[in-house]
Amino acid sequence: MKPELLLVAPLVIAFATGIATFLARRRPRLAGALSVGGAALLLAAALALLAQVVAAGPIATQAANWPAPFGITFVADLLSAIMVATTGVMALVIAVYALAEIPRPLESAGFHTFYQILIGGVCGAFLTGDLFNLYVWFEVNLMASFALLVLGGSREQLDGGIKYVAINLVATAMFLVAVAVLYGLTGTLNMADLHQSVGRVGDVGLLTVVACLFLLGFGIKSAVFPLFFWLPASYHTPPVTVSALFAALLTKVGVYALIRVFTLIFTRDVAFTHTVLLVVAGLTMVTGVLGAVAQMQVRRLLAFHIISQIGYMIMGLALMTPLALAGAIYFMLHNILAKANLFLISGVMRRTAGSFDLGEIGGLWKANPALALLFAVAAFSLAGMPPLSGFWGKLLLIKAGLDAESYAIAAVALTVGLLTLYSMVKIWNEGFWKPHPAGDGGVVTLAAALPGGRVWLLMAPIVVLAGLTVAMGLFAGPVVRVMLTAADQLLNSDAYVAAVFGSGR
Amino acid sequence: MASKTAPIGRAGPNSRFAIFRCVAGYLLAAALPAALTGLFVSLVPEVAGGGVLRWSVDWVPSLGVRLSFLVDGLGLVFALLISGIGVVVFVYARAYLDGHPQLVRFFVVLTLFMLAMLGTVLADNLIALFVFWELTTLTSYLLIGFTHERADARAAALQALLVTGIGGLAMLAGFILLGAAAGTFELSQLRAGTVDVRADPRYLPLLGLILVGCFTKSAQFPFHFWLPNAMAAPTPVSAYLHSATMVKAGIYLMARLLPTLGGTEAWTVTLTAAGAVTAVLGSVWALGQSDLKQLLAYTTVMGLGTLTLLLGLGGTAGVVAAMVFLLVHCFYKAALFLVVGAIDHATHTRERDALSGLAAAMPVTFVTAALAALSMAGLPPLVGFIAKELIYVGAVEAPVVPAVVVGAALAANALTVTAAGLVALGPFLGVRRAWSQPPHDPPWTMWSGPLLLAALGVGAGLYPALIDQTLVAPAASAVLNTPVEVHLALWHGLGLPLALSGATLALGLAAWSARRPLDRALAAAAAGLPRSAEGVYDAALAGMKGLAAWQTAVLQHGRLRGYLATVFATMIALIGLAFLWGGLSPAVPLPLDVPLYAWGAAALILAGTAVTLKTTSRLTAICALGAVGIGVAILFVSHGAVDVALTQLLCDILFVILLAVALLKLPRFRELPHRGRAAMVATAGLAVAFGTLVSLILLEILATPLDLRLTEFFQSHSQPTAHGRNIVNVILVDFRAFDTLGEIAVVMLAGLAAVALIRVRASARRHQENNR
Repeated sequence: MKPELLLVAPLVIAFATGIATFLARRRPRLAGALSVGGAALLLAAALALLAQVVAAGPIATQAANWPAPFGITFVADLLSAIMVATTGVMALVIAVYALAEIPRPLESAGFHTFYQILIGGVCGAFLTGDLFNLYVWFEVNLMASFALLVLGGSREQLDGGIKYVAINLVATAMFLVAVAVLYGLTGTLNMADLHQSVGRVGDVGLLTVVACLFLLGFGIKSAVFPLFFWLPASYHTPPVTVSALFAALLTKVGVYALIRVFTLIFTRDVAFTHTVLLVVAGLTMVTGVLGAVAQMQVRRLLAFHIISQIGYMIMGLALMTPLALAGAIYFMLHNILAKANLFLISGVMRRTAGSFDLGEIGGLWKANPALALLFAVAAFSLAGMPPLSGFWGKLLLIKAGLDAESYAIAAVALTVGLLTLYSMVKIWNEGFWKPHPAGDGGVVTLAAALPGGRVWLLMAPIVVLAGLTVAMGLFAGPVVRVMLTAADQLLNSDAYVAAVFGSGR
Repeated sequence: MASKTAPIGRAGPNSRFAIFRCVAGYLLAAALPAALTGLFVSLVPEVAGGGVLRWSVDWVPSLGVRLSFLVDGLGLVFALLISGIGVVVFVYARAYLDGHPQLVRFFVVLTLFMLAMLGTVLADNLIALFVFWELTTLTSYLLIGFTHERADARAAALQALLVTGIGGLAMLAGFILLGAAAGTFELSQLRAGTVDVRADPRYLPLLGLILVGCFTKSAQFPFHFWLPNAMAAPTPVSAYLHSATMVKAGIYLMARLLPTLGGTEAWTVTLTAAGAVTAVLGSVWALGQSDLKQLLAYTTVMGLGTLTLLLGLGGTAGVVAAMVFLLVHCFYKAALFLVVGAIDHATHTRERDALSGLAAAMPVTFVTAALAALSMAGLPPLVGFIAKELIYVGAVEAPVVPAVVVGAALAANALTVTAAGLVALGPFLGVRRAWSQPPHDPPWTMWSGPLLLAALGVGAGLYPALIDQTLVAPAASAVLNTPVEVHLALWHGLGLPLALSGATLALGLAAWSARRPLDRALAAAAAGLPRSAEGVYDAALAGMKGLAAWQTAVLQHGRLRGYLATVFATMIALIGLAFLWGGLSPAVPLPLDVPLYAWGAAALILAGTAVTLKTTSRLTAICALGAVGIGVAILFVSHGAVDVALTQLLCDILFVILLAVALLKLPRFRELPHRGRAAMVATAGLAVAFGTLVSLILLEILATPLDLRLTEFFQSHSQPTAHGRNIVNVILVDFRAFDTLGEIAVVMLAGLAAVALIRVRASARRHQENNR
């Protein structure tokens, strides 16, 4: 197989699986199996792509063979390949979890189809080399995620769904305006071409204004302060499977897009754009974590944490050094694994202890030590406890901040780390240590909560993700090296541009 | 506070199997610390001879992080204390918690703690050290909260985690700065001193940050308050973590960094002051405690203060004194904690007022307590006496205000004499009480270890050679980074230190004889004193929670209109800021020379918008929106985009029809709550501002020349290569077919979602009706 085919393989696999699951929707078991199988295939393709890019640098292909910048380019540098591989992992483990969690009516209403198309849309966003095409994948993601959000049809879900879709529509509209304006300014949509064209724009001030339009559109998608309202309004309402999938991937597409355009295209007035990003990063960290501290409902608490940790990723982008960008990518990968896992665990907590509300649960440490251990791995990793993955992400970013003499952001990042620890320990103290309000009988064991082998459909994904979190911490050396290479590719776009245009240009 | 942590009595079937399991349990629990102790003891000769052992492997080379370990005199002393006292504590804890349902978990965490602690004192890389340091914090959290069903234990565990966590984070920043200043994270390279960090402009901040880490971990004033609260842990944990080992980690680090960071005025003044204040306050607070464990906790604070003070002095005398006192303190303090555990075990109380006359019933415990207390009080011939003499030698030589330092040491030591009496004599002498269950000595597994530790105090006092050349000298040499000869002896000759020792004893005994009135005075004084930073901690925690609740209520208020207003306001602010930053002039030339029909279209659009906004009928509003669409379509036509105009018109018509159908299901407009005038004006302001800004951007863009590369390519390739005359169609299905695929997917998804939603809701309704 030509390596270039790996660039479209994730899309094709996801869309084909989506269609297959739609055809099989009357037979939920089959549809579920197809979904898991498709996700496994996608993961295999994504890992092959990652291996290819690690070995040979960025690769690109042109849709329908129209040469860049006239057609649509698909391109993967290391950042894209890492994101697609991570998407593959999450698609697979969450698809397994879904088998045990998603009720039959939702499955026959097309749950697996929406799930697969969302995965495909996310991969498309990571792999496209064309700004307007990126907009299209944003729309696909928005529609598929909206469907997943409100599929249950409860009042709470619809209320959250409306807020979600209304604010996100503003984001896509903003993005569209931004694309149009940038096209007006440069006459191109191809990102590698834009990298070169923006250098020819005479009016840097106007370019900076356009950069702000992108910052706003992607900022809403990434849920930064003060544009994040849609996220805490909606993430706690759908099935846990959907919360976990969203937590893993949705905001990260926004962060990816920010990293892409603010390293490849908008680097001519870093003093303005990246200072704005730095301020946004700090405020996002602080407001997000304070929001989390105020919550008593596990999923709401976790949802606010997503926001806070987006701030760390933006911080890495704003500092714009190799170490900082490597930190941002490492942090993103770590966060996807740990945060989605916490959502998955929250689902098991509810099944065994009876509620998402920390005031109504307890006793899980006594009753389910294995679950407690898995939670501890994910939660303490999120809080940056060494030697788990979160520690290295934090270390990279704080070192980058101190090296760049951005002491304020380093101090904010450290303080927010402490508050993150506090809120994770809050879940531990209330959910695991505190006796259950209803006594020991209030908690059931995992096996009793889900009879039959189904408990493993819930637990296997959690175990896998916890294992990856531990591995990412223990083997931080090679992982950080890959991240530094990815950062280097972002800061020196030559290889990316050469891949898109062929080495002849 | 009556103890609720009373150990669970030894129970279980008296079968051979149970006995085997019991013995096996002890072996299993103590095997690892015992093996490690053996290992470290075997290293003593080599290290005492000046040898250094290293082992290292790369971890994150790109960050300069190595998993490197180094055993020198200082590391070995700590390693021996950690593993050796580990043996005693592990065996003791196995008996103390016998039959506890979470015994296995307890030992897993305790073992993890021991390994993390060993890693902390043997790591040669600052980041590796930090990793182990944080792991001790985490395991300490789990152990303090071992009795997790009690709210106070959970709160104490959280407090210890947060206070030491703050320190840990500050320390991490300090380490990163230190690494940047020195160009390495390797401690051995830092000591080699190729770069003088003290001359770096970052020296003061990094010193401050690292010391915050040390002070929180080692319970220095004003961060000390977490330590007495950590006594919620089972007593073996208190003896091990919160007296002998973990709280010494800060001391270890200060000793370790002394050659690199020490010797400056900032170092000396900070450490001396913090240590002196901590030592004096710790000993004063200790006397005010009614719970024996709390009393011991505060004397630990005193001991940690003394160690910090000695390291602050920095000279040979201070460092030697620190190393001797470190050993001495571990011997007697661990023994005393375990004694208190035995008393608790036997009588189910640790209250001083409730305890007296136990000597006859618990003779072994009494002997242990007495030996340990004599060392604590610093009486000859125990090693505690030697330590105290050395402390005074160091204090007299203090580089800053020696009189104050000596005074502080004298006060702290004198009160420690009194405290030793309160612990070791109070419960055992005096009237015998009537107990419901007669108290007795604990099983040998619980008395042998403490007795051994107490006996070490006697042994090292009578034969100082046991420790001076083997442990103290190598450790002091490592701290000072230069070989030091140490010869300890009970008799130091006449001099100021001996006189001070005498004064200490006299003052201590005076305080002991006056302990009843003193108790009351101290209790009164303690009530008057602010409970130091604990009040700050509580206020900060409450303030943080309050801020969080307030902020969340303000930001995430649940009203979509407000969210959208904030989003648009943000957009306006940022775009406006960028305009100002870029120095863009708002006076762009308006292209007013447009044909008349374009004016007409614009008028139609404006009129449609105005009607939409003002009408109270939904139908009118929709029709007016349709007019807006027609106006836009006219503009498309005027630019030659007939197919786009057609699409626009079709969409508009479809939209109006569909909405009109949907209208039948919606409540009437007037029935919706009306908004206030101010809100309407604000929204209008946002709309106008946003519209103006977007228009300005568009006008600016129009004023720049358009690059037509793509258009030209499409024109020239549409027919010859793609075989289509209509360029728009070719773009849609060929040049940019992937976009079209995505858009089709969006439409399909929307349709599927709508169908699914209707079906799921319908089935839910059916389900409800069936249940009814």
